[in-house]
This record gives sequence, structure tokens and C-alpha cells, in this order.
Amino acid sequence: MVSLIEMPQTLPQQLPSQSDRPAAEANGDTVMIDVRDLDFAYGGNQVLYDVSLDIPPQAVTAFIGPSGCGKTTLLRCINRMNDLIENARITRGAIRLGGVDINAPEVDVVDLRRRVGMVFQKSNPFPKSIYENISYGLRIAGVSKKSRLDEAVEKSLRASALWDEVKDRLDDGALGLSGGQQQRLCIARALAVEPDVVLMDEPCSALDPIATAKIEELIQELKRQYTIVIVTHNMQQAGRISDHTGFFYLGRLVEFGPTTRIFTNPTERRTEDYITGRFG
Amino acid sequence: MMNAGTHTKRKRLVENVVFWFFRMGTYFVLLCATYIFLDIGIKGGRTVFQRTAPFINVKFLTEPPQTLYVFDYQGKKMELSDREFREWKKTHPEEIEVTSVSYSAGGIWPCIVGTALLVIGSMTVALFIGISCAIYLSEYSRDGRSIRMIRVAILNLAGVPSIVFGLFGFGLFVIFFGWNVSLISGWFTLGLMVLPAIITASEESLRAVPQGLREGSLALGATKWQTIRKNVLPYALPGILTSSILGIARVAGETAPIMFTAAYAMRDEMPWQVAHWTNFFFQGVMALPYHIYVVSSKIPQNEYTERVQYGTAFVFLVVVMLIALTSILLREKQRRRLSW
Repeated sequence: MVSLIEMPQTLPQQLPSQSDRPAAEANGDTVMIDVRDLDFAYGGNQVLYDVSLDIPPQAVTAFIGPSGCGKTTLLRCINRMNDLIENARITRGAIRLGGVDINAPEVDVVDLRRRVGMVFQKSNPFPKSIYENISYGLRIAGVSKKSRLDEAVEKSLRASALWDEVKDRLDDGALGLSGGQQQRLCIARALAVEPDVVLMDEPCSALDPIATAKIEELIQELKRQYTIVIVTHNMQQAGRISDHTGFFYLGRLVEFGPTTRIFTNPTERRTEDYITGRFG
Repeated sequence: MMNAGTHTKRKRLVENVVFWFFRMGTYFVLLCATYIFLDIGIKGGRTVFQRTAPFINVKFLTEPPQTLYVFDYQGKKMELSDREFREWKKTHPEEIEVTSVSYSAGGIWPCIVGTALLVIGSMTVALFIGISCAIYLSEYSRDGRSIRMIRVAILNLAGVPSIVFGLFGFGLFVIFFGWNVSLISGWFTLGLMVLPAIITASEESLRAVPQGLREGSLALGATKWQTIRKNVLPYALPGILTSSILGIARVAGETAPIMFTAAYAMRDEMPWQVAHWTNFFFQGVMALPYHIYVVSSKIPQNEYTERVQYGTAFVFLVVVMLIALTSILLREKQRRRLSW
């Protein structure tokens, strides 16, 4: 197995832009995740058609669109979470992370997932202590030194703005935390293994407005260090926190560009209709 | 109006009849259970407990079965166990007329030990194979024709009569593997018998663990096995143990699977009295259910045999209850530690 982390991070040559392909329009030419001509199907049921987009590093990229449009499927392709689903597969195209095809046979999926963390729609803290939750990723990666684990736990809890709330009860069960705290714990857990990319699948959908505001604030902080891709149902949220927005409809990427432009001056009629609430 | 009135009356009558029908059904079950427990409790209690200190018949619980010798001596009725009778003979060499009743003196200690050993060993075998199988079925296998066939096979296995398991164990372990009538033959036979129950229940417990925990673990870069070991199995274990309680009761209670594979009607040495430790696995043992079978149907019945029959049944009930209780306590402890 070739470790993904040790691979040379040569970026592919910028392909000549095609008129029918929405491409990243900002952040110069640096690309963290490069999705090219992606088709994806669950068995015979195709759910993504010809999706191409470039996700820039250290920014927040939001996927919006009505339910069933394929945005979560695309997100789960990026850390190969769809491998778990029977018969689900990419039928065409590729996803490159730092220039490396993540579906190449020599890529170790475990390494990929360590590099691309994920926060789920339904917060899923393990029924263990707060400390064990955060240190889980490091422990399974073979870190057993207490001092290093302590350090990582504190660092990631601080990064997810949870440290002050839980520092006196790290050994308490994580399931005793409130919904918003649980979701921030899941973010902290993802950060503890120091990924490059954090994928978030509607992280605020089950939270009240105050908890949501805290997580949005946190995402703004995190983008200094991490590449964040977020799927959201909430268009206002996408408008507030993201730098780039992709609008998906019926498995196709309709439009992709800087959030300010998508929200003020969309080029596609369907994007405008969706954003102004005419459907969806 | 009249019509509606009679209609309501009839309805009420039907309601009452149905209600009483179900209620009587429940009472009938209760009655049967009470009768069985009281009968065994009272008659068996006479054997196991006594009026004088230490109130428990220690001999019955700690001695091997012996033959009872009954005779009249100088107008006095004597009831002596095998060993006592031989001692007595030394001082009384005269010829007397003696009635001997097998198994009716002494106790049932080797049977208790044998049953405990059979339960521990066979549950170890069943849990090990059963959990492995359940993990494969619920975590690794992808649905397909062969997996469906395996499931059907497991379900069918659950319906096989225990005597067939006994014969199977006799053919495979005792004869073909050459393990003879031994603990290890009994372990595998009984283990196979409870396997379907263990697999089904373990699979259910594994499936009850939320998918989100698996995904959360995998998303942190855990391998599949790490995920199962650290984040699935620990949460499924209480459920698996719960299900194994029923298995324990069945393993301890079945006579048919062990009568050809593991049980001896009588054995003088205790299981730990072996020449070499490997012989431990290859020795037959006495067991409570088989002992009940032997003393109730293999020896002539008279007024002296009831003592050991009821006593054994009573101890047997208590042993099974104790094992089940241990399992329940274990599960509660697990649950508290997890606190979903």
C-alpha cells in the first residue's frame, strides 16, 4: 500500500476550461479536491451526472439543492464512505485529492479517511467518555502516549470551542452532552486526527438556532486551517458561511462559483428560482 | 332502542367471555408452574435441607452417589450407604439379608460439577463460533443467494431435535474424531445445538448498534476490524449475553445430546482427578439431567429412590437459576457501564 500522505502532491495540469463545465472561479489556481466528470450510481439508479468542480483549500465550499439532488452522495464520495453501500459505485470520472486519484487501487482508504474527516448529519458521539471520543482516532492510528493524547484532546476541544464547557468532565459520558455540544464533540473528534479536509453533512439540521450559530462561527474559525465542504439544506446558512457554493439539481451540478455571485447574480435560471424560493 | 340495547348486552357478554377465556389460560399456566415448583421444592427440599444445623444436607451436595443398603438388625431398621455398610460389616460379620438400592445414598456432587463443566465449555464453544458467525453475517457479508441459504440453514438447525444432535455428536466427535464419550465431545455437541439461537440473537444485537457509530469510526480512519472490535462489539455484548441465558438453560437441561457423547451414569473419580491435564478434556462426566434420567428410569423404583430423584431435580433447578442469574447480573453491569 502506498500511503496517500507520502505521495507527491503534484497538481494536475489545469485543463482547458470547457463551456459546459462549471469550474472554480476564485482562489487563483490552487485546488484541494478536484472532481472530474463524475457519474455515480446505486446499482442501476444513477444519482450523479457529469459533475465537475474544483474545491479550493482553506475555504468553505457549500453544496445546496433540494432533497435527493445528490449533494450528500458527492460528499460521501470524497472520503469513500459510499464504499460501505452495496452496489454503489463511481461509473465514470474521478476525484483527486491533492492531485491523487482517491479511487486508485494503490490508495489506502484508511489513510484517505484519516486525511478527509467527516461530520455527520445526525451527531454520532460514541457511547464512551468525552476523552475517549476525541482520542479514538489517534488511538486506532497507534498513538498510545498519554501526554500526546492529552495534548490532542485539549487542542481539538479548544479548536471546536468546547474546551471551556467540558474541561472538568472529560471522563463523563459523551451522551450526557447537549445536542449542539455533541455535534461540536464530533467536529473535535474529526479534528483530532489532523485532517486536511473536513466534510460536513448538514451538521446543523438537528440543532436549535443558538447551537447552529455556534457551529457556524466555529466553521468560520476552522477554515483558516482546514478545507471545509459542507452540505446544507439551509440556503441562508450557505450564504452566511461559505466562500463557494455549488447548486445541485436532479443529480447535476447546475452552477458553481463564489457564494456572493451565486446568491446575487446567478447565471442559471434554476439556481435563481431555487435561491429565491420558487421551488425546492 | 330495544334492538340497540340487546346488541350492547350481547357485546358485553362476548367481551366478558373472551376476557375470562384469556384469564383462565393465564391462570392455568400459573397453576402448572406453581404445582411443579411446589412439588419439586417440597419433596426435593426434604432431601436438600434438614432440621438440624447446618440446615443444608451437606452430604447430599458434596458426596458422590452411593448404593444404599437397607436391612433389619436386631429389630432395628438400618439404612447405610456403601461406605458406611462396609465399615459396619467389619464389626458385624454375621450373615444378614440386605436390600441394596443403587444411587440412593450419598449425594450428587459429581453431577453438579459435570453439569457446570458442560455448561461452561459448551457456552464457550457456542459463543465463540456464534459471535464469529454473527459478525460475518451482519458486518462482512453482502446480501446474496448464498447468504440467504446460510440463514435458512441456521434457522433449520434450530428446529433439529436434540436427540438428532446427540446422534450427530456421537457419530462425528465420539466415533469419527475418536474423542470417545468425553467432555469435549459434549461441549461441541451442546455448543452446536445452541448455536442457532446464539447466532440469531448476536446478529440482532449487532444490527441494533446504530450505523452512525460504524460510519463515525470508519470516517476517523479506523479499519473495519478496529471498528467492530472497539465500536460495535462492546455495545452488542449485553444483548448477546442476554440471549445466551436461554442457551445456558437449554445446555444445562438437555439430556439427549449428552447421553451418547459426554455423560456417564456413574463415575468414581472427580473430573480433576486425571493423570495428565490433557486427559481432562477426554473424560466423561456425570451430569444432573442424565442423573435424573438414570435414577428415575434405569433403576427399580421403591420408597428409597424418591429421595434422590426429587433432590436432584431440586438442585438442578437451583443450579440453572443461579447460572441465569449470573448472566443477568453480568448484563446489568455491562449496561450500566455503557449507559446509552
